[in-house]
Amino acid sequence: MSLSHRTRIRIVGRAASEGVGPPRPLMGCRVRAGFPSPADDHLDAEIDLHAHVVKRPAATYFVRAEGDSMLGDGIHHGDLLVVDRSLEPLPGRVIVIALEGEPTVKRLEQRGAAVWLVASNPRFAPIPLAGRECEVWGVVTHVVHDLLGRAP
Amino acid sequence: MIALVDGNNFYVSCERAFDPRLAGRPVGVLSNNDGCVVARSQELKALGVAMGAPLHLLPPDVRRQAVLLSSNYALYGDMSRRVNQVLAEFSPDVEPYSIDESFVGFDGFPEEGLEARCRALRETVGRWTGIPVGVGLAPTRVLAKLANRLAKREPAFEGVCRLDADDEATRRALTACPVEDLWGVARRSAERLALMGITTAWELREADPRWVRSRFSVVMERLVWELRGRSAIVLEDMSEPRRRLLVSRSFGRLTGERQELEAAVRQHAARAGEKLRRQGSLARAVQVFVRTHPFLAGEPQYRNAALVALPGPSADSRELLAAASRALEAIFLEGYRYQKCGVMLLDLTDAEGTQPSLLETPDDDARRARSQQLMATLDRLNREMGRDTVRFGLPRQGNAWALRCERRTPRYTTRWGELMRVKTG
Repeated sequence: MSLSHRTRIRIVGRAASEGVGPPRPLMGCRVRAGFPSPADDHLDAEIDLHAHVVKRPAATYFVRAEGDSMLGDGIHHGDLLVVDRSLEPLPGRVIVIALEGEPTVKRLEQRGAAVWLVASNPRFAPIPLAGRECEVWGVVTHVVHDLLGRAP
Repeated sequence: MIALVDGNNFYVSCERAFDPRLAGRPVGVLSNNDGCVVARSQELKALGVAMGAPLHLLPPDVRRQAVLLSSNYALYGDMSRRVNQVLAEFSPDVEPYSIDESFVGFDGFPEEGLEARCRALRETVGRWTGIPVGVGLAPTRVLAKLANRLAKREPAFEGVCRLDADDEATRRALTACPVEDLWGVARRSAERLALMGITTAWELREADPRWVRSRFSVVMERLVWELRGRSAIVLEDMSEPRRRLLVSRSFGRLTGERQELEAAVRQHAARAGEKLRRQGSLARAVQVFVRTHPFLAGEPQYRNAALVALPGPSADSRELLAAASRALEAIFLEGYRYQKCGVMLLDLTDAEGTQPSLLETPDDDARRARSQQLMATLDRLNREMGRDTVRFGLPRQGNAWALRCERRTPRYTTRWGELMRVKTG
């Protein structure tokens, strides 16, 4: 089995919701021509995607995925991953883990007594954790994939 | 009770948090012109590399084994901010003391659960940020500082050490602590204390406070009270001036005005610059922090800090002010009423014997000479004609902040464009 095509990550930016601009109303009507829009009465305060995705700013990091071993989980090459280091690496979760010093992205799976790192692309074989030097880095909570084909 | 929380080999730990391959290896972080070593991992210390060792004097075998990195202040500043955010989950009273140290006050918390709380705090900081920290818990800052050192030195404490005021363990710790190792005791004072028969922290604790005050200073008297378990010092008393300088003040009333904060930060930076020049030091980076009043119910809470590296080691108030203003700009938010702000000068070095960078030109020399002359004149005017006789207006804009660092790691958490390169295979 080749390890060279594991889905890899690189870290690209911090995720702290402090310092973001004022909350932006979604489709707030600001035009004051004629009668005020009745819809303004129903204007909600804010839709803040960052706050929705980043639950714990101090523990949240953005990293970049490289490779295609996690396609089944919707993680493409170049996608942005939101990683929360405060979450427990429970079986079934997609995690960032340093495997022999190399940060990689895989799903954690428990099979009997053994723990495996499992790719979601059938071309990649599962990796047993037993006997390997490894350290969990964080839990992936969201994937940002740009449909226009640019790096998000 | 108060805890001193500090990051172990903080700069190195920040680097390791994003590059697991650095674990267990000798790692050093260099000053911003790559002149000398300003942070060392345990493994690098074991190789005999001293703090401040010039890079070009390191033996070839050390240079071969060690990973030597340029300082990445954007990363360290952000990780420091994150650590303080985690601390704020455990108590509203968090007071950053330097980039890698903070005091956490536990007034009003039940005493008996505090050690467990500190263990949870340590574990949480480690998991959320990857930074290992040591925690010293005690009734006063001076004892907390000592407890923190024990926590790091004795593996049995597992990173958390508690010292109570009247306790056999505290007596033993103070008896084993030479007085010059105490926070806030300069070598000269330690020599004078020794002449009077006071060589250990315990002997200082047992001295008569009034006698200490008459022979030494108010600060030394406060130290005696602190050792006895009674809070007496303010942070500014303890700003180890050879390493860092802190100038901070609470506002007379809460303020949300940007101009007021800007003016305060300018003033603090100018004051820090004066102190810096008086002791013949240069700073490598400037940190600014702001916070709201942590104990006002119903008041929206905000605290933040930002760090800006200087283009080179400097004592020029214009550069310090420009950096401080830039840092404030990065963290100021409208809509909060601020209680306190402060300016810290970091990673100080002696002006004498500072090596100019290889990239410097004769122009830089001339500029440095002009700057020194200007600052000397400024300090003299303010000394002889009263403080603030000459003040700084707004700093010039568009300063070039590009640093000369060849070995800096990516600014992993603050730049979209600085990607970590992971080799395939």
